[in-house]
Amino acid sequence: MLELKGLSYNVSGKEKDIEIIKDVDISFDKGKLYAITGPNGSGKTSLAQLIMGIYPATKGRILFKGEDITDLDISERAKKGIGYAFQYPPRFKGLKVLDLLSLASGIEEETVARGYLRQVGLCPEDYLDRDVDPGLSGGEMKRIEIATLLAKNPEFVIYDEPDAGVDLWSFDLLLDVIRNKHKKEGITTILISHQERILSLVDEIILIVDGRIKDVGNKDKIWPVIKDVVGCQRDTLCSRRDKVETKCR
Amino acid sequence: MKLNAVDKNLLEQVADLHDTPQGAYNIRRDGEGFSRHSTENIQINVKEDKPGIDIIVKPGTKNESVHIPVLLTQDGINDLVYNTFEIGEGSDVQVVAGCGIHNDGSQESRHDGIHTIYVRKGARMRYVEKHYGEGESVGGRVLNPKTIIEIEEGATAELEMVQIKGVDSTKRDTEANLHKDANLIIVERLLTHGNQKARSDIVVNLREENSFTQITSRTVAQGDSEQIFYPRVIAYAKSRGYVECDSIIMDRAIVQSVPEITAHHAEAELTHEAAIGKIAGAQLLKLMSLGLSEQEAIEKILKGFLR
Ligand SMILES: Nc1ncnc2c1ncn2[C@@H]1O[C@H](COP(=O)(O)OP(=O)(O)OP(=O)(O)O)[C@@H](O)[C@H]1O
Ligand SMILES: [Mg+2]
Repeated sequence: MLELKGLSYNVSGKEKDIEIIKDVDISFDKGKLYAITGPNGSGKTSLAQLIMGIYPATKGRILFKGEDITDLDISERAKKGIGYAFQYPPRFKGLKVLDLLSLASGIEEETVARGYLRQVGLCPEDYLDRDVDPGLSGGEMKRIEIATLLAKNPEFVIYDEPDAGVDLWSFDLLLDVIRNKHKKEGITTILISHQERILSLVDEIILIVDGRIKDVGNKDKIWPVIKDVVGCQRDTLCSRRDKVETKCR
Repeated sequence: MKLNAVDKNLLEQVADLHDTPQGAYNIRRDGEGFSRHSTENIQINVKEDKPGIDIIVKPGTKNESVHIPVLLTQDGINDLVYNTFEIGEGSDVQVVAGCGIHNDGSQESRHDGIHTIYVRKGARMRYVEKHYGEGESVGGRVLNPKTIIEIEEGATAELEMVQIKGVDSTKRDTEANLHKDANLIIVERLLTHGNQKARSDIVVNLREENSFTQITSRTVAQGDSEQIFYPRVIAYAKSRGYVECDSIIMDRAIVQSVPEITAHHAEAELTHEAAIGKIAGAQLLKLMSLGLSEQEAIEKILKGFLR
């Protein structure tokens, strides 16, 4: 469904370019449920934003349903059926929750928007007329972000840490909504997450370390590798100070 | 005399009216009174000593409105009026002012409205003033309103001042005096583009105990336009005041925001906040990821911001 071929992303640093994503090759199959995981700063969000077109690829190609979309802009990719729920959704002064949901669904009907809010566990009466501004809490913001993706209904969707800031009990509900959509409508879904529970639920986990794909597999395979990576990073950090040689696998 | 198509469009833009309004009204066109209607509770009289009208709202009048739009449809008009409002004790009314200019000519069209408003004890007034300009003129469209407002004990005034399109130059002066338990809410919304210039000076005097004011300005400056905001709140008693100026700047525009607060009393609580910045990149990216083009996303963001 979506293929990344030799995808790299550099940003210019003080002295030389910094490689954020390094030569990533992977393909996502239609109708599967994926997780992308990896340490903070490993490049998960960057990879998602490359796919959405928010960042331009420095090298490599992106194919969606066989078509090369590397040179398409964000809205063109959105129209083709790619969606991305932001890790840190932006806030808008003067745009109401209702406006955002109507934009996302393309339907200017309150009843439609109400449905999406209920799905993410927010009472429509309390939220429809509120501005999507700093007055909303972090968890409320994340749920509204997820609601916009439900409303947009892309066939390929990436949720960037949908669990962040959402209380545990409500997150179960959100996860059910996302999984139901994936199952019933065959939406290819990627969850960027650190949660063990999510990693156990997906078909395949992609482990990203330092801008590269370190490993791909199910939880039993990936979990020990993650522990290893995290442990090793800690050791190398310490070893620099202690001047003891350690080598990461 | 009847309203023609140009008149009707201007009326719709500045007062949301499709024809002569319900209730009391005074329509001024090209420097002359065009039509006028008083009601039992709201009397409109032409001033005898200078151009302008007196609008007198009977004490206790509830849920009535008065429309006083000004239309300029020719160039070369320099219109100056003095309007006095007497909003009677305990009344609750809406005033829809506003000025629309259609200028296709080579000379300037200009309207300077000088309003003196008395909001008497316990009364409540909502005042909406929209500015709008259109036409292919080389001559400028100029609006310089001046409003002086006296808000008596326990009275509330809400002023909404909007200018979204087509006014080349505006200088707005607003001065208010608040007495015991009086409230004043000012919301200013402005968009300038091209070579337009806009300046707004506001002085709110919190003269007596428990008076309250909140001044909000939301503006967008595009092209080579220039904006200056100078809202001031001066507290002489235990009172509260908030000033917030928030501007989106684009292209080569210039925006200057100078909120100022002064306290002459130890129990005054005053705050101000001013921000100028471009459209947040993440907002654009989010809307584009929902399928909007960049231009559509900008329009949505600006429209929301100015709402
Ligand atoms: N514009 C930039 N300039 C410099 N470094 C950048 C830039 N954008 C991202 N990075 C760096 O790229 C790396 C990957 O960032 P990214 O946000 O993709 O990480 P992540 O895996 O999503 O992390 P987290 O788990 O914290 O969300 C980080 O080290 C980050 O500091
Ligand atoms: Mg991230």
